[in-house]
Amino acid sequence: MEVLFAPVVGILFASAVYMLMQRSLGQVIIGLALLSNAANLFIFVASGFGEGAAPIVDPAVNATPEGAADPVPQAMVLTAIVIGFGVLAFFITLAYRVYRITGTDDLEDLPAADMASTEEST
Amino acid sequence: MNWWLVLPIALPFLGSVLGLAAFGRDRIQRVLAVAGAVGQLVAAIGLLRAVATEGIQVMQLGNWPAPFGITIVADHFSALSLLAGSIAGGAAIVYAAMTVDRRRTRIGYFSYAGILTAAVAGAFLTGDLFNLFVWFEVMLIASFVLLAVGRRPQQASGATTYVTLNLIASATFLTGAGLAYALVGTLNFADLSVRLAEVEQRQLVAALAILLLAAFGSKAAAYPLSAWLPASYHTPAPDVSALFAGLLTKVGVYAVARSVTLFFPEERIIHDVILVGAGLTMTIGVLGALAQYDMRRLLSFHIASQVGYMFMGVGLLTPLALAGTTFYMAQHMVTKTSLFLVAGVIEERRGTGDLKALGGLYRTHLPLAIIFLLAAMALAGIPPFSGFVAKFALARAGLEVDAWLIVGVSLAVSLLTLLSMVKIWNEAFWKDPPTDEVVAEALEVAHTPETAGPASPFYRGAWIIAPAAVLASVSVTMGLAAGPLFELAMAAGEELADPSLYVEAVLGGAR
Repeated sequence: MEVLFAPVVGILFASAVYMLMQRSLGQVIIGLALLSNAANLFIFVASGFGEGAAPIVDPAVNATPEGAADPVPQAMVLTAIVIGFGVLAFFITLAYRVYRITGTDDLEDLPAADMASTEEST
Repeated sequence: MNWWLVLPIALPFLGSVLGLAAFGRDRIQRVLAVAGAVGQLVAAIGLLRAVATEGIQVMQLGNWPAPFGITIVADHFSALSLLAGSIAGGAAIVYAAMTVDRRRTRIGYFSYAGILTAAVAGAFLTGDLFNLFVWFEVMLIASFVLLAVGRRPQQASGATTYVTLNLIASATFLTGAGLAYALVGTLNFADLSVRLAEVEQRQLVAALAILLLAAFGSKAAAYPLSAWLPASYHTPAPDVSALFAGLLTKVGVYAVARSVTLFFPEERIIHDVILVGAGLTMTIGVLGALAQYDMRRLLSFHIASQVGYMFMGVGLLTPLALAGTTFYMAQHMVTKTSLFLVAGVIEERRGTGDLKALGGLYRTHLPLAIIFLLAAMALAGIPPFSGFVAKFALARAGLEVDAWLIVGVSLAVSLLTLLSMVKIWNEAFWKDPPTDEVVAEALEVAHTPETAGPASPFYRGAWIIAPAAVLASVSVTMGLAAGPLFELAMAAGEELADPSLYVEAVLGGAR
């Protein structure tokens, strides 16, 4: 299973990077969404899927059953998804605001706040 | 139970939450934010005392034994960073309470500022990699809002750059945390430190180091990941710039120092990468600063430049070098915030921070000129000011391990720093005031924050320089009382250089 997911993570990261290189702010946002999902999937895959047993400690032997899934990465991913969702929602609002103020969503056309920002995008 | 560890996070957070409950009550929100900041300062002093007398303080949240729960840890490095951060953040919040107009309070300005300082304290104190990620995100979302409130086009552009870069850095950090867990199955700093040393596949550890370094380095604005900082820090109102300048990048530096000393003490190549990055960061930042004519933008380039010095200590990784980094970080937070607050007062008085349109402030605003001079000298590292102590420690640590090149670069950059401080002094304070046409032209280019909205109820004319004055005097004290303070920094350096102390304190007899 993990082997199958490894290329998926790779493709997600690659698409995210491609989208982040675009000039349109909308595409950058999609890139960021892909990037955070790629990171989440990476955690999920890297820590292994287990064999599906619930990680509940058996009081008789005082240990989790054989082949139990690891709950920690799932908790991490869940937290990261929630945070990523909130931040992305903020960024979409910001992008709309930028569009309202400047009348463009093309990053090259934004008023340069600094020379360094144009250096960064070339 | 050691309550000093929780209070620096809890008190400003409580102030923010109560502030949200009092939504729309302008005065109450301001008072609550200042009370939260003062509470954090008191708690930070208490924590430093506890650390200095009893050694590393540890608290296991929820009483889960380490490494299973989230650990909160304070060693000398955390406690000193936290104290300097709460002084700088507190002064910025007091300044904001006096100057921020009511329109910005209405969108919850002071709650966000309080959450920001609470999250910075959380990042300094946590002993868990994923918890650090969460504090980073809390800090970011608060800073996003503070940065984006406003209607100027440059601000929209600056906020876009800042948000994009920080989200990429966060995803990188998250990937790193996932890789760390996949490698050794733990997220606790102390446990990671022990287990990463045992990992056979060193190339995976190196990959983890690169991921974490890229994430923290871009938050710390280290070259080549620094272009976002001078592109965004000067765009919001001065009170926001001052808060960011003191706190945010230093959390990145803290995370780099913590992770390199605990996780990668043996990866020589990583230390060399950090040293090269440090040299480039210093040089490129200061050269950028020399070309600037806007006060806050010039100071922003200097933040990037000085992060290089802090990285230099991490790259050298001897106790003295790490002590230098600690001291540098502490004095930088205080001094830099003071300079940004001076810039804020100037913009408030003259309507612009454009050096070409300023002049003669020495005659009209003598106290302001003195504050600026003290802080600028400290920043450039003139003896006997605090910056000198920090740079002296770093240079000496460099010479001890024969790192001539980085020491040479750091001294040259010091001179250039002095040069650009003298430039501000000459242009803003010393030269004759420019003609009215020049001023009018500068005002038209509108670097002014659009100040509409009714003024703050706590606005008290001449008193708005008080926070900057307090910070400058703290900075001077740090230079004059360098002996006892450097002893604390040295204790921090020794703890950082020997990770087994940290591990022992957190895990105790568990291993």
